[in-house]
Amino acid sequence: MKLATTISAHTRRRYLYDVLFRVLIFSLCALAILPLFFIFGFIFSKGASALDLEFLISLPKSIGEPGGGVLNAITGSVLLVALASLMALPLGVASGTYLSEYRGSKLSQVLGQAVEVLNGVPSIVIGLVAYELVVRPMGGFSALSGGIALGLMMIPVIARSTEETLRMLPPSLKEASLALGASYSATLLRVILPAGLSGIITGVLVSLARVAGETAPLLFTAFGNPFVNWDLSKPVSSLPSLIFNYAVSPYEDWHRLAWGSACVLLLGILGLNMLSRWLSRKWRWY
Amino acid sequence: MSRALHIDDGFIWLLRILAITVIALVVAVAYVLVTGSAEAWHQFGFSFLLGREWDPIMDSYGALPFIVGSLLTAFLALLVSIPFSLSIALYLGEFFQRGRLSAIFTSLVELLAGIPSVIYGFWALFYLVPVVRWLEDRLGLPPLGVGILSAAWILAIMIIPFSASIAREVIRMVPVGLKEAAYALGATHFEVVRDVILPVGRSGIFAGIMLSLGRALGETMAVTMVIGNSNYMPTSLFDPANTIASLVANEFAEADSSLYMSGLVELGLILFLMTGIINLGGRVVIRRLSK
Repeated sequence: MKLATTISAHTRRRYLYDVLFRVLIFSLCALAILPLFFIFGFIFSKGASALDLEFLISLPKSIGEPGGGVLNAITGSVLLVALASLMALPLGVASGTYLSEYRGSKLSQVLGQAVEVLNGVPSIVIGLVAYELVVRPMGGFSALSGGIALGLMMIPVIARSTEETLRMLPPSLKEASLALGASYSATLLRVILPAGLSGIITGVLVSLARVAGETAPLLFTAFGNPFVNWDLSKPVSSLPSLIFNYAVSPYEDWHRLAWGSACVLLLGILGLNMLSRWLSRKWRWY
Repeated sequence: MSRALHIDDGFIWLLRILAITVIALVVAVAYVLVTGSAEAWHQFGFSFLLGREWDPIMDSYGALPFIVGSLLTAFLALLVSIPFSLSIALYLGEFFQRGRLSAIFTSLVELLAGIPSVIYGFWALFYLVPVVRWLEDRLGLPPLGVGILSAAWILAIMIIPFSASIAREVIRMVPVGLKEAAYALGATHFEVVRDVILPVGRSGIFAGIMLSLGRALGETMAVTMVIGNSNYMPTSLFDPANTIASLVANEFAEADSSLYMSGLVELGLILFLMTGIINLGGRVVIRRLSK
């Protein structure tokens, strides 16, 4: 009888620990997520009041004048992200294809390492590199250098997602195509890559969402511009760098522009993420 | 037939050339960092790493305050974030692997990971900094608000999703048989976590922490906005300071002498090497585990 009570006390303590542990884990999780609600609440409550049509289609006004918008930053971000995609799409997709097709070859191993290194380079260092590679030879800040900086950051993301997608495809797909007499290039271009399209596009959208919010690589490449600019050799503004410059300024009007821009940027990034999820669900063939 | 082969040859070469271009780009990254920092390296040598003065007016540069600032904020952030990221990893990797609640929670964590650095910094500037300022006021310190503590705080929030996702992968790699054996012996969830998952996943979790450290060291914008940008050696957690990344972000566009620029590029090279070595170490451990 005595034995039975000691065991049950011991067991009760073990179960108590278990419950306490679960409560602890659960509350730490809840605490970790809390900032998400604060940040979204902050950006959307402050930003929504700044958002109107004028905000989207006009330029920032000088300090003291009410109103004004961030058209220069919106067009700048679009230009920079388009340039980055132009650079990163072929390089990223080709590298990913190479990594999955020639697994184990010497070049593929080196390429895998290179992609991994590039993925780990801090964004500010990418900015320094783009400055040394493009801005210094060209003699000034430019949209082109900003696009190249962002492109460098996109390449590893696209390469990895392409590689992983193509690896998942059943080998029978390729074998069937080759057995029917299709050439290797035709097999890759018209069977393998289309079959992996949804995964590749998802990777591209994810990488777009990632670089669209990057500020550090643009600080001394694209730099900033108070006007709308489509000229690749001239500096351009972008939403993240505008948020940075205006957020740290002491002016209330500029804070308003920064809140509104943060709202636009967050909505854009959320949209890209949602689109990529929807596409990957809708187009999943394999 | 032979024409198709020619096309194939050309196609394979194109693929190879694009792959080599990517490798060349990575080599170029390292190359321009080395050449760009050559001037500062010739001028100061190893004393650059240990110098405590950063004085652009006298053209005298030492990197120690920023190396200390980077390591201090990153380690502090890591320390704060570990209980949270482990909890998320256990929650998603062990307690609730499937189901509605788990799906919702996963997307919330992904959302947190998708917020740009500059928006974290913006929020921290208006919400965390006043809290720290209030704290400093209560403690009788100069109420600056900006400083190492604020920077480490926002950094901790930012790296939680990243380290949680790695830790979750590692926890999922723990052999199911081991866990089931423990449960069959009557172990509670807590005991399985303490006696099976954490010991077995130890090296993987350590690798995840290293990767998070690499991530934290490279974070730029949020830190730049709340660290106070002071070029002196920090003496307390409430001091304003600078990390390598925040210093480069702040000063590079305005650097006017070539030695000044070269010094900043050398800081970039130091950061590149630090994060590179840390990432490499972490990846090696993770890869060995997944085999």
